[in-house]
Amino acid sequence: MNVLGIHIAIELIQIVVAVVVFLAFIGVNVLILVLMERKVAGRFQRRPGPFEVGPHGSLQTLADAVKMMAKELHTPGGADKILFWAAPIITFAPVVVCFMPVPFGPKYLTGWEMNLGVVLILAFSGLGVFGICLAGWSSNNKYSLIGAARAVAQSVAYEIPLLLSVLAVAFQVGSLNLSVITAGQGSWPWQWNVVVQPLSFFIFFVSTLGETNRAPFDLPEAESELTAGFHTEYSGMGFGVFFMAEYAAMVVVCSVGTILFLGGWNGPLVNGPWWFLAKVYGLLFVMMWLRWTFPRVRFDQLLNINWKWLTPLALLNLLVVALMVKLV
Amino acid sequence: MNPEQAFRNLAGDFYTRSLQPGPTENTLILNMGPQHPSTHGVLRIVLELDGEYILRADPVLGYIHRMHEKMGEVKTFAQYLPNMGRVDYLHALAWNWAYVGAVEKLCGVEVSERAEYLRVVTSEMNRISSHFVWWGAYLLDLGAFTPIMYAFDDREWLLDLLQIVTGSRLTYCYFRFGGVSDDVTPEFVEGTLKWCEHMRERLPMYKALVTDNVILRNRCEEIGPIDLDMARRYGATGPVLRGSGVAYDVRRAEPYSVYDRFQFEIPVGTGAGDAMDRYLVRLAEIEQSLNIIEQALKTLPEGPHMHEKAPKRLKAPKGETYFAVEGARGKIGVHLLSDGGKNPYRVKLRAPGFSNLSLFAELVRGVLLADAVSILGSLDMVIPEIDR
Amino acid sequence: MDRASAGLFGEVRKTLTGLWSLVVGLGVTGNQFYRRAVTVHYPRQTVDNLSTFRGPIELIPSAKDPMKPDCILCGMCEQSCPSGCIEVKSHFEEEPDAEEPKAQTPAGAASDPEKKAPPKKKKKTKVIDSFDLNFNLCSLCGLCVQSCPGSGLRFSHEAYLAGYSRSDFEFDLLARMRAKASGPGSAGSDSKR
Repeated sequence: MNVLGIHIAIELIQIVVAVVVFLAFIGVNVLILVLMERKVAGRFQRRPGPFEVGPHGSLQTLADAVKMMAKELHTPGGADKILFWAAPIITFAPVVVCFMPVPFGPKYLTGWEMNLGVVLILAFSGLGVFGICLAGWSSNNKYSLIGAARAVAQSVAYEIPLLLSVLAVAFQVGSLNLSVITAGQGSWPWQWNVVVQPLSFFIFFVSTLGETNRAPFDLPEAESELTAGFHTEYSGMGFGVFFMAEYAAMVVVCSVGTILFLGGWNGPLVNGPWWFLAKVYGLLFVMMWLRWTFPRVRFDQLLNINWKWLTPLALLNLLVVALMVKLV
Repeated sequence: MNPEQAFRNLAGDFYTRSLQPGPTENTLILNMGPQHPSTHGVLRIVLELDGEYILRADPVLGYIHRMHEKMGEVKTFAQYLPNMGRVDYLHALAWNWAYVGAVEKLCGVEVSERAEYLRVVTSEMNRISSHFVWWGAYLLDLGAFTPIMYAFDDREWLLDLLQIVTGSRLTYCYFRFGGVSDDVTPEFVEGTLKWCEHMRERLPMYKALVTDNVILRNRCEEIGPIDLDMARRYGATGPVLRGSGVAYDVRRAEPYSVYDRFQFEIPVGTGAGDAMDRYLVRLAEIEQSLNIIEQALKTLPEGPHMHEKAPKRLKAPKGETYFAVEGARGKIGVHLLSDGGKNPYRVKLRAPGFSNLSLFAELVRGVLLADAVSILGSLDMVIPEIDR
Repeated sequence: MDRASAGLFGEVRKTLTGLWSLVVGLGVTGNQFYRRAVTVHYPRQTVDNLSTFRGPIELIPSAKDPMKPDCILCGMCEQSCPSGCIEVKSHFEEEPDAEEPKAQTPAGAASDPEKKAPPKKKKKTKVIDSFDLNFNLCSLCGLCVQSCPGSGLRFSHEAYLAGYSRSDFEFDLLARMRAKASGPGSAGSDSKR
C-alpha cells in the first residue's frame, strides 16, 4: 500500500511539473510565434513589420501581453456570465495536456510516456471545439453565434481526415506511442516517414489547417466579414487566452506532424531537441506562408473540400497503406 | 399588438424596423456597416438572413452626405474645382474633367491641344491607381493580405509621378478652364514611360499570384451574375456593364477630348457577367490604359498648357449643359445649369456608383453572406461618390 | 470509359491544376520574401521628391528687399479662395515728402498773388499689415497661386507639418517669409507662426 502510495505521489508530482513546464513552454512559444507571424507577414509584404518596441520589434508581443492584461474584463449585457468566462479556459486547458506524450528529445524529454499518445492528443484537441461553441453561444451576439457555428462545423469535419492520415502512419509503424514512432525513423531526411507516405503528410497538413482555423480555412475568424467571429465580445485577457489557445494548438499540431512524418528529434549529425524545435518551426513557417498568400475559402467550399475530397482520399490512402503493410 | 411586435417596434431604428420579416420566423436581421471592414466607406446594409443565406438586403445611404451639390450653388465656377477632387477621391481627375468639360461646353472655352493630351495621360494614370486600390481592397475582403501591399507598392511610384505634375497625391485639383494648371517636365515623361514598362512586367505576377489562383476563382466565378436586362434596368455603367458583355465605354460611345486619336480596346466579359468577368475586365482595362498613356506621351504636342484665350474670370452665359466622362467606376456626368450669375444655378453630379449599388439589393437575394461580400467588392464602390 | 468516370477524370485534372496554381502562388510570395523592404522607414529615412509637392502657400520676397513681399496687395487670392482662408490686411500710406523743384512760372507772367499753384498731390501706396493663411481650411487647390497677377505667391514644399491644436495651423505668412529670409538659425525661423 505504501509503495503504491509513493508511486502515485511521484507520478502526480511528475504530472504537475510537466504541466507547469508546458505552460511555460506555451507562453514562451506564443511570445515568439506572434512576433514571428508579424515579422514574416511583413517580409512577405515587403515591409519591416513591428520595429519600435525593443530592438527590431522583439519586445512587441510582451507589450501586447501587458496591454491585454491591463484591459477591462467586460461581460456583455445579457451574456451568461459563467459560460462566457469558462469558454476561454475550456478552449485553452486541453491544449496543455496535448503536450504530455510528445517526445522532445531522445531520452527523458517526454512529459508522460504513454502507449496511446496519438489517441490522447486527438481526444483533447476535440475538446477545444466545445469551448468555441460555448463562447459563441454565451456571448449573446449574432455575429459570435454565426462564427461559432462555422467553427464547430469546420473543426468536427476536419478531424476525420486528420485521424485517418495519422492512422496510416500508425498502421505502418504498428504503434500509437509517439516515442516509438520517432525512434523508428532515421537521422537523415530520406529515412523519415514523409518519403514513404507523402500523401498522408499532405492530407494531414491540410486537415491541421482546417482544425486550427488557419488560412485559407480561417472563415470563423474572418475579420472582413463578421468582425471577429466567435471571440468578438471578448476583451483583454479573455481574448488573450483564445489567442494563446490558437497558437498553442498550432504548435501541438506541428509537433505531431514532425513526429509522425518528419522524424521528430532525429537529425543529420546529433539527435536532439534542437532538431525537433527546428522542424516544428519550419512547419509553422509554412503555415504562415500559406496564410499570407491565399484568400479565404468560402464556408461551403471548405466543407466540400473535406467531405468530397479529403475524406475519400484519406480512406483510399489508409486502404493502400493497410494493403502494403499486409503484403510487405 | 402582441408583446413580440411591441418589442420589435422598440428595437432598432426606422430602417431595421421597416424591414419586417417575411413568412418564416427563423430570420436574423443583421446590420452590415456603417462601420465594417468590407463596405468601402460608410455604407450600411440591413440584411435579413436565414442562417447564412440572405433573404433581403436594403442599403441605407447618406452617412457621408456632404452636400456637394449645394456647395456648387454657393461657390463660383472656379471655386468649385477642389470639390470635384473630393467627390470620388480615387478617380479625382475624371470628376475634375467632367466638371471642367461641362463649364467649357457652356461657355465655349477652347482647350489647348497639349492640355488635352495631358488631361488624357493624367486621367488614365489616375484610373490605373483607382483600379489598384480596387484590386487590393477586393482581395483584402476575400482574405488575402499580401496582394494589396504589392498593388500599393506599384501605386506609390504612380503617385510620385502624379505628384511631379499636379503637386498632390490623391485629391487632385489639376484641371482649369481651358487647360491644366501646370505643364509637365521631361522628368515626368521619362519617368512615366519607364513606369509603364515596369507595370507590364508586374502584371503577369498579379496574374500568377491571384487571377489564376483556384481559391479566388471559386470565390468569384458564378457569383453575382448580372444579365443584360438587369444592367439596363438599373443603369449600370463601367466595368459592371462591360462585365455583362456590353462594350459601352463613354470614350468610344460619346467621344470627348482626343480619345479618338488613340488605339485602345474595350475589354468585355465573356461569361454570365459574374464577379470574375468584372474582375478580368478591370485588369484588362489597366493594360489598355497603359497603352493609351504610352501613345499619348510619345505623341505629346508642343504648346501652352493653357489656351491663350482662356478667360481669367469666367463669365457664364445662361444655359445648361451635360458632360460625361468615363471614370473608373462608370459614366460620370455633370449637368450644369447657369442663370448668368457668378455661381452656377444648379450642379447635378451623376455618380456611377449610385446606379451600380442599386443593383446590389436584387443581386444578393438568396446568396451566402460570404458571396455578398464578394459581390460588393466586385461592384467597386466608393461610398462618398454615392452620397456626394 | 463510362460517363461517370470521365467526369471524375475531368474533376481530378481540374483539382490538380488548381493545386498547381496554389504552388505557383506560393512561389510568387516566396520570391518576394527575399527582397528588401520597400518601406521608406520614417523617421530613419525620408523621401527626396518633395520639390514639386504642394505645401502651404508662401509669399515671395522681393528681389530688392527680402523683408518685403512682392505682393501688390490686389486681393485676388483672397477673392478666389474657395474656403476663405486667406486674409490680407493693408493700409494706404502717403509717400514721404520729396525735394520739390521750384514751380516754374511761365516766362513773363507776373506772379499773381491770388492764383496759387495747386499743392502737389502726395502719392499714396499700399503697405502690407498682415497676410494670414488659415491652413486648417486650405484645400491646396492652387487657385490663389494661379490668380495672382504678379509673382506674389507660390507653394512651399513643406510636408512634415504637425501641431497640437488648430491654432498651430493659422499661419502668419509675412512672419514666415521674414523668418526664412533672415536665414536658418534666426529667431522664429523654425516656428510655425
